[in-house]
Amino acid sequence: MSAQSLPRPAAAKRSLPKINPVYVLVAALILAIIVMNPAFGEPTGYMNFLKRVTALAILSAGALYVIVSGGFDLSVGSIMTLTVIGSSMLASNDPNSTYWIIPLMLCIGAVIGLINGLVVSYLKVPSLIATLGMMITLNGVAFMWSGGAPRGYLPDTFRFFGRYNITDIPVITLLPVAVICLVVFGTILWWGMHRTNFGRMLHAVGDNQQAARLAGVPVERVRISAFVVSALTAVLAGVILGGRAGVSVDIGSGFELQAITAAVIGGAQLLGGRGSVPATIAGALALEAIFTLLNLLGLAQPVRLVVQGLILIGAVAFATYQRKRAGR
Amino acid sequence: MTDMPLPAKNPRRFRFERHASTILLLAAIALYIALIIIMGQTRFLTLENLVAILSRSITLGITAIGQTFAILVASIDLSVASVISAAAVVTSVVMNGDPAMMLPAVASVLALGAVVGLANGLVITKLEVNPLIATLGMSLIIQGVLSYYYNNFAGNVPVEFQIFAYGTVGIVPFSLIFMFVLAGCAWFVLRFSRFGSDVYSVGGNKDAARLAGIKTDRVVIGAHVICSLCAAIAGIYLASRLRSGAPWIGAEGVYDLESIAVVVIGGTVLAGGRGGIWGTMAGVIIFSLIDSIFNVAGVDAFVKQVLRGIIIVAAVAFYAARSKRPVA
Repeated sequence: MSAQSLPRPAAAKRSLPKINPVYVLVAALILAIIVMNPAFGEPTGYMNFLKRVTALAILSAGALYVIVSGGFDLSVGSIMTLTVIGSSMLASNDPNSTYWIIPLMLCIGAVIGLINGLVVSYLKVPSLIATLGMMITLNGVAFMWSGGAPRGYLPDTFRFFGRYNITDIPVITLLPVAVICLVVFGTILWWGMHRTNFGRMLHAVGDNQQAARLAGVPVERVRISAFVVSALTAVLAGVILGGRAGVSVDIGSGFELQAITAAVIGGAQLLGGRGSVPATIAGALALEAIFTLLNLLGLAQPVRLVVQGLILIGAVAFATYQRKRAGR
Repeated sequence: MTDMPLPAKNPRRFRFERHASTILLLAAIALYIALIIIMGQTRFLTLENLVAILSRSITLGITAIGQTFAILVASIDLSVASVISAAAVVTSVVMNGDPAMMLPAVASVLALGAVVGLANGLVITKLEVNPLIATLGMSLIIQGVLSYYYNNFAGNVPVEFQIFAYGTVGIVPFSLIFMFVLAGCAWFVLRFSRFGSDVYSVGGNKDAARLAGIKTDRVVIGAHVICSLCAAIAGIYLASRLRSGAPWIGAEGVYDLESIAVVVIGGTVLAGGRGGIWGTMAGVIIFSLIDSIFNVAGVDAFVKQVLRGIIIVAAVAFYAARSKRPVA
């Protein structure tokens, strides 16, 4: 930043990017939704929106850990599917089973994340290939487990997190449990990323792996931990999504790309080094708001894919352009 | 890169990487024959069966030829699966059972492939979007547009055109000959044309290639056009074989990941600049042998999917583990 000769434009420029544009985007989108559908301004409207977005928001915040460390995690969608299918197979409609199923699923998630991390760090398989392979494998496992068609359904105690609304609350009248989960896990993930040494090391590894190693960062351990965090949040997202939407064999498919898109909208830098948890959660809100808008405009489901693809390319191109303009 | 102290070690490593795909191919063949003998099913050891094994992976083979170009320039193409679906649907819809429409259909599909490849290449080179994201986004866009208009098998391919998939010379199908001719052309281009040597230079070191006067952007765009064209041809073949096209056939075959895995197994380095077509063909044959091994051994379809995911990652790891480069 050698802005010696031109102090004024530099100052003007610097005041602009202080607010991440994603927050402006979210505000604008939500305003647009309210204009088109005033019912959205009611508590039931926006609380249901937040409830719908929770799974994606938590998932993206977790996937951000891997993105910041310089990788991709495409296995998260299949982990969500596995969580939902596995839970429904194990639960066999016994309400008490929830208390051991969720911890068990978290353990499975941790193991999957560990495998992803080990394969990427020690076998040097590019994370994209490793996690895509994991995705195929886990989808196969989910099919095997359910025999192709899921039997049984999730007990209400399991669905509590995704479906239940706490009613009779002053001012906001109702509060979905999912929104509480979003706040709690969002805060934990924010704290881990932005207030701990681990978060700093994560950024360092993603920015420049060699430099981080020379500075004494245990690169392998940090990267593996990032995959474990990502897999764990995928399990949580699976629990919440399964609670909200019920059991189906392809429930998690497509979420891996939505998570990456949300992170990219939130200004995360692919291949590592930069990213913020609140901005990623805002990115997830923006993505869901765009989907809601498309629904309100009466556009069919496939249009979502097109829009998502355009956003993905557009956001990355925009980020590259900004970085270049800012002087590398 | 001061490689003074390594003169004795280098030739050995080089030789291994050169012959690894051959070693793997021989191992796969040995395993297949051993399994057949153990299972006492020597009726599989015929020339007809060999041709049948090879013919099973023509779609993958044609796609992988194109993918080799993309990976050689240090790029990657994750949009091939949707291009295959789109090409198959366009083929069968334009033909719609009318033999007179065969030529226009093929021409329009090839145009589609060229446009997609051009768009991929332009986004990657001019907008400087990471190729993974650019092609993933493109994949979403194509898939979205396709499933907006079609949600089932659409159109049908006239009997005259099914000759492409079902016609034979003696016992060898036309399509198999076509695949090897295409591979021969690709080999010729890479080995003897100026574009071919540019591909290796750009993949090896982009900056050096640019300084040497190569128009690197054009080479990358060219590689992507070839890649998408090959995927489009694979889609035409698939439409001819299935007698109709559906918007999910590309994604169902996981052709994006499989084509990348096949290229890597064939010894082409994911970082670009090293490898070739015959390695890729060896990789394709290895994959179809593995498939046949599963079939002979009577492996359940879901277990097969799980094993496939593991094999893909293991195969990439087989090459990647010895690389000293940090991976994304």
